[in-house]
Amino acid sequence: MELYKLTVHEVRDLIDSKAISSSDLLKSILGRINEVENKLNSFITIDTDSALDQAKKLDETRPQGKQGLDLVGIPYGVKDNISTKDMPTSCASKMLRNYRTNYDATVVKKLRDKGAILVGKLNLDSFAIGSSGETSYFTNTKNPWRLNKVPGGSSGGSAAAVAADLIMFSLGTDTGGSIRQPAAFCGIVGMKPTYGLVSRYGLFPLASSLDQIGPLTKDVRDCAIVLNAITGHDQKDSSSIDKYSYPDYRSFLFKDIKGLRIGIPQELLKDASLDVKNHIKKAAKHYVELGAKVEETSFKLSKYSVPVYFLISSAEAASNLARFYDINYKSEDHSPLSFDEIYIKSRTEGFASSVKRRIMIGNLALEANNYEDYYLQATKIRAMIRKELEKLLKDFDLLLSPTTPSVAFNFSSMEKDLLNTYKWDASTVPANLAGLPAISIPCGFSNDGLPIGMQLMGRPYGEGTLLMAAHAFEQSTDYHKKRLHALEV
Amino acid sequence: MEFKKAIGLEVHIELSTSRKLFCNCNTRFGARPNSQSCNICLGRPGAMPILSRKAVDYAILAGLALNLHISDYMSFDRKAYYYPDLPKAYQITQYYQPIGVDGYIDIETNKGPKRVRIKRLHLEEDAGKLIHQPEKQITKVDYNRAGIPLIEVVTEPDLNTAEECQTFLEQLRLIALYLGISDCKMEEGSLRCDVNISLNSKDSKLHGTRVEIKNLNSFKAIQKAIEYEFERQREILVKGSTIVAETRRWNDKLKKTESMKKRDRGDDYRYMPDPELPTIRIGDKRIKHISLKMPELPATIYKRFRQNYCLSEKDARLLLSIPDLARLFEACLLEYNKPQVLCNWLTGDLLRLIKESNTDIKSIKLSPMMIKDLLIMIDNGLISTTIARKVFIDMFYSGHKPQLIVERKKLAQVTDQKTLEAVTDLVLKQNKSSVSDYKAGKKKVLSYLMGQAMEKTEGKANPVILKEILTSRLDQSKS
Repeated sequence: MELYKLTVHEVRDLIDSKAISSSDLLKSILGRINEVENKLNSFITIDTDSALDQAKKLDETRPQGKQGLDLVGIPYGVKDNISTKDMPTSCASKMLRNYRTNYDATVVKKLRDKGAILVGKLNLDSFAIGSSGETSYFTNTKNPWRLNKVPGGSSGGSAAAVAADLIMFSLGTDTGGSIRQPAAFCGIVGMKPTYGLVSRYGLFPLASSLDQIGPLTKDVRDCAIVLNAITGHDQKDSSSIDKYSYPDYRSFLFKDIKGLRIGIPQELLKDASLDVKNHIKKAAKHYVELGAKVEETSFKLSKYSVPVYFLISSAEAASNLARFYDINYKSEDHSPLSFDEIYIKSRTEGFASSVKRRIMIGNLALEANNYEDYYLQATKIRAMIRKELEKLLKDFDLLLSPTTPSVAFNFSSMEKDLLNTYKWDASTVPANLAGLPAISIPCGFSNDGLPIGMQLMGRPYGEGTLLMAAHAFEQSTDYHKKRLHALEV
Repeated sequence: MEFKKAIGLEVHIELSTSRKLFCNCNTRFGARPNSQSCNICLGRPGAMPILSRKAVDYAILAGLALNLHISDYMSFDRKAYYYPDLPKAYQITQYYQPIGVDGYIDIETNKGPKRVRIKRLHLEEDAGKLIHQPEKQITKVDYNRAGIPLIEVVTEPDLNTAEECQTFLEQLRLIALYLGISDCKMEEGSLRCDVNISLNSKDSKLHGTRVEIKNLNSFKAIQKAIEYEFERQREILVKGSTIVAETRRWNDKLKKTESMKKRDRGDDYRYMPDPELPTIRIGDKRIKHISLKMPELPATIYKRFRQNYCLSEKDARLLLSIPDLARLFEACLLEYNKPQVLCNWLTGDLLRLIKESNTDIKSIKLSPMMIKDLLIMIDNGLISTTIARKVFIDMFYSGHKPQLIVERKKLAQVTDQKTLEAVTDLVLKQNKSSVSDYKAGKKKVLSYLMGQAMEKTEGKANPVILKEILTSRLDQSKS
């Protein structure tokens, strides 16, 4: 049996019934990595030995797979902008190419405590700025469906590795769609939870008011399982939600969606390709068949969301990335240089051009003369967008849209068309601006056979409803089962 | 042309919380470099600031004491600039929504009382410290100070002289000391002050330009810098030139200010709300709770010292300068109701011993009761003041009661008539020439003879009785 092909909940039963051991599963995974990783380049770091040690230890102690032990012995990977004490955290940047921290991010610690096995750190756009994976300092991750297509970004490695069965699940980060867009491009499930639901402690911040960590999984049930493991209040993160009773997200999966009100904002459909449009319409129909009430609706401020996102995320990124200069992050000998020279040299050489662009735009927006017209104005519109979405989500339980207007594109096609890229993020950024949860799940294939993702966006803490609706759709279709792709040839 | 100074101060006071503003690092002064730092105060990526409730409470307490309007909401902002002592390349401060605004302190000036308006008070984190080693041509950074909570108090340009600035700062320092929120040691940098100064002609026709002076490490430096800067700016204005808006640095060696950076474009710190720290509502309940902890402020205590206890300005200020001393003074007053006598003992003998033994008032072994007992012994003529001084020293070091010391060391005054007569006779016998001098009208020798007699009794003779005997004997032998 090719164990690596299974989902988390499928292998759980096998491990618990002792049909297989954790080591069997890990060896299958490592075999798979060995076989295809050189075509995909989804990892930045892989630590085989420590993973094998952990699996062996787990097999010796054999904790039983009851509640809370869902992830014992499950191999996974994290995006390389999340701190791990045993592996470097590079942000796929030249600046931090050798950087190590001395602590685990809260999510990593939680998964470690629950017995999940960290296999490696996954590739991304440098400092999580980008949506194609192409700005990584190390290498371009390929889309497993077609190797000349991008995997999406910035969590490109996290999506590609799960889609290609190199790991059972992964963690990504989502500032404007960085989990959902690559999940859509790679035909898997990706969720950005409500802001504050998952601790960001240990996430190298890009735009702190928008960033969120979330799971990328092979199906919706796995998404619920991983979400269970990584949520919870954390004193180390001031934005972490306190006094909230975290539910068991699996309990929503099999609920009936009869009467669920789903709205489709027309503004999020208008830039979509014909293929995508058709599949969203088909999905809407499918929901009606499942008993939901589906209606067209309007998200009037939609056109402002990408510019507002761009200003706010750039401003916060400029500030968050200011700390990276060589005095604290490298040990190169700069002794003949003055501080200003070290600063200029290390930042000129250490940042990718895409990162520098964000930093410059962000700083421009924050200059005293521009602050009111740009940054402050953006935060005001952000508040309006949040209000409009809250109002929409009073009328509807969920908002349905394409995750992206088209399927995965070719390498180097984005850079040529910088000013037109806004439409790519129109569906995803509103959830970040308003702190809302959103999930992307597969909903079909384009004419040339690439996966299409649809997004469900819900109310704050509405992850349960998202999972319920996503699961109902997934279980009555088979898009998520269709696998690969270029790698099987 | 005559000029008037308009001076505004920006005072930084380090709060004496045991933990830093956004992390749990220790704040002890003088620790081994970089032994009190962590991922948060080093600004390491992924570590997030967690606001100290205690620091906020301290800042609110200070705000209340300075008569500020405490804001309903406060938030934190990032002030961006590059310097190696600032690991995140931004300082977390309060720009848009400070702790409080629009307060004042009343100070005494030689022209009478004066109200100095306070524009704002905000909370912020301190930066690290650069240690330059020019002989090795390197600079090292100590981040122990990075993240220690500071309050910044910004005044309106209401001060007109260096003396007023000094009075204001002393008053502010005392307030912080009495609130118990800072130790305010200028030499350790827990009280720092920048001065903004501009000159206006007395006929108000000519307005100068604001110049900021930094690196002022003592009251003396502040005074000197203001004087220097006044002269410098006056000369420029008299020549008809204009003053450059800039930040200048006080060079304490050369006793002059030096230009640091031009401010013509205005410093652009690219302030932005810190997205990692939520806005906090300061409820009335919290303010009320904090105001209940408000101690009596130095101005009130000063008034009582002057009016109720009739102490001189100098004495009152001296007592007030050390909160624990003022507290001890009033505790003693409950036992012994002679303020001036107590004040003399506490500001004289006690302070000298404190200094000598390098301790502080909190840890001394003297109790108000012991001090009272000693003073009553003097009043009752049981010991002389000279002996009392010795007993006081003994008490200070041993912690023994004065009665015990006097008894054990046999220090009680000799009041017995016969003993003193015998001593007097002996002295007169041994100092015949002095006796003749006295008879010849040189009354001054009396004190010499008194001293001789005192010496014979090891200082224990009751001086009143002794003097009586001595004069009567001398006068007798005269006739």
